[in-house]
Amino acid sequence: MLEIRNLHATIDDQEILRGIDLKVSAGEVHAIMGPNGSGKSTLAKVLAGHPAYEVTEGEIIYEGKNLLEMDPDERAREGVFMAFQYPVEVPGVSNAQLLRLAYNEKRKHQGLEELDPLEFKELLAERAKLVDMDLSFMSRSVNEGFSGGEKKRNEILQMAVLEPKLAILDETDSGLDIDALRIVADGVNKLRRPDNAIILVTHYQRILNYIIPDYVHVLYRGRIVRSGGKELALELEEKGYDWIKSEAGVTASA
Amino acid sequence: MMTQATEAKETGLYLEAYEQLRQRTASEVPSWLDRLRAEALEKFSELGFPAPTLEEWRYTNVAPIAKARFVPSWTVDGAEEAGRRWADRVYEEARSSVLVFVNGRFRSDLSSLAALPREAVVLGLADALRSEHQKMIGERLARGAAFDRQHFAALNTAFIADGAFVYLPRGVRVEAPIQLLFISDSGPVMSFPRVLVVAERESEATLIERYVGAADQPYFTDAVVEIYIDENAHLEHYKVQEEGVQGFHVATTWVELKRAARYHSTTVTLGAQLARHNIAAILTEEGGECRVDGLYMVDTGQHADTHSLIEHRAPRCTSFQLYKGILDGRSRGVFNGRIYVHREAQQTDAYQTNRNLMLSNEARVDTKPQLEIFADDVKCSHGATVGQLEEEELFYLRTRGLSFEKARNLLTYGFAEEVVEKIAVDSIREQLNEVILNRLHATALDVR
Repeated sequence: MLEIRNLHATIDDQEILRGIDLKVSAGEVHAIMGPNGSGKSTLAKVLAGHPAYEVTEGEIIYEGKNLLEMDPDERAREGVFMAFQYPVEVPGVSNAQLLRLAYNEKRKHQGLEELDPLEFKELLAERAKLVDMDLSFMSRSVNEGFSGGEKKRNEILQMAVLEPKLAILDETDSGLDIDALRIVADGVNKLRRPDNAIILVTHYQRILNYIIPDYVHVLYRGRIVRSGGKELALELEEKGYDWIKSEAGVTASA
Repeated sequence: MMTQATEAKETGLYLEAYEQLRQRTASEVPSWLDRLRAEALEKFSELGFPAPTLEEWRYTNVAPIAKARFVPSWTVDGAEEAGRRWADRVYEEARSSVLVFVNGRFRSDLSSLAALPREAVVLGLADALRSEHQKMIGERLARGAAFDRQHFAALNTAFIADGAFVYLPRGVRVEAPIQLLFISDSGPVMSFPRVLVVAERESEATLIERYVGAADQPYFTDAVVEIYIDENAHLEHYKVQEEGVQGFHVATTWVELKRAARYHSTTVTLGAQLARHNIAAILTEEGGECRVDGLYMVDTGQHADTHSLIEHRAPRCTSFQLYKGILDGRSRGVFNGRIYVHREAQQTDAYQTNRNLMLSNEARVDTKPQLEIFADDVKCSHGATVGQLEEEELFYLRTRGLSFEKARNLLTYGFAEEVVEKIAVDSIREQLNEVILNRLHATALDVR
């Protein structure tokens, strides 16, 4: 589904990603872990097409197409979704309005009929259950006045409505208490399917107790320095990132 | 000397037109109106058109109006066809409560008042001047919108011939919104609509002014609206200005509120190459409440100026003001909001906000709030902002599948919503949403 080859990316002329290689197939969950400043969120934003980042080398092939040539909205309509670490507030636009617009943009792209407000309301009510979200949130402005946990749940609701092929969850677990974490994780698990894939960017192992990854990659200084199965996350939890840092340091100096 | 000669030439056109009007109507109008018009004309000849050296006109140069050769409505034909061409601009809710004006003259054949209760008096002003209400009109007309210092109010007053008269006797409540549709579509015509609204105690109504006109050539509308709201009466007021893109629109709205009276207004500015709106709400007795909102949305070649005055003369009155501007292309906006709190007006609550969204680097806005407070026990605040669309918001919407244009339009819609959502007439709200969401040639966004 996704192949990243030798990806280098900069922001304000500062190189953040220094040669990432990653292959993600349908049905898989990949966790990207790493200490702060290792480039995890940059990778997520480059995949979503954030204009502030410049790709200086390498390529990203998504479903056989060059992802880097696509605008952020094209990527979205083609099934790429990023749950934001800091979801953006959109005053004056209700949650239901945005969700229906986004949903219909995708339907149009697929050559399907758009849903009218009534039809969409039914769909929305059903998807909102996945993240245990009250329908009163639907008439409120997008993320405005939402608590941190509500914002994160709202991101997963958007994911549930848009049903992406490739979902990138950028630190969706940060700032969540244990109950909210469980709700969000349950929602994501219900959306796992053999034909979609998830890249889960996280600093902590905690969420991986709920969303079990097939692969864990450790990012450090813009490179994947280690890959393994779910047990790698536990090892990291136990030993901390210093272990990776010293090991990477040894490799670098060797 | 040169300047004087130019000015004389500029006002000369109006002096000539005035003489014609007088000859045509002298026998029809009451003598007090004849005198009022003469006095106003004299004032206008003295004042001339406002020069940009005047503080009030610093950002708005009306030389293009002064230099143009507009013609009086009685010299043009085709009013009937013009009226029919624009008949679809009657809002659905006002189908049977609308007065239609073409080039400033009331057209009873295009109007319908079937939905109005018999107790409510809604007439063309020329007809009203021949009716039993003449005395009331004489006592009120030009009492509020003083023309001693206001150039365009003086000009309008000199040309009072027609317009609307709305009189709500005590306790009369009108359900259907009363729409006044002003059409200018007969060449370079100038028109001077005059509106007088008298809402007696405990009465209630909704008034909509809508201005439309041809886009293919310049014309000039100079309107004055005077509104008297008595004790516990309530008026909802909408002004939708959609003049043709070459049109000139100058309007004066003056409102007086008595004890515990309520006045809510939303002024929407979409059209005209040059628009200036002076709006004044005067709270003269205790407990009055006014909300004076506005939305101006302009693009290349347009200039929209709002000068507002909220005057608190009595204790325990409240005023809220929210004006939002959306400026695209090479457009220009001006907002000057003055709040004046007299020494007697203790426990005043007065709030004013002006926010501007710049969609282009070439647009410009000048915003100037002025608070003048002479009472010591008041809550007053004001704020003004000028900003652009947030990159992060645009990116967020694009990651949800919306094209750049659609994301931009949706954010613009969101920006305007705070003003739009308060509009209680569905058709106006829907019209605005459509205008906003279809900008930038993006295919329509359906936000239902």
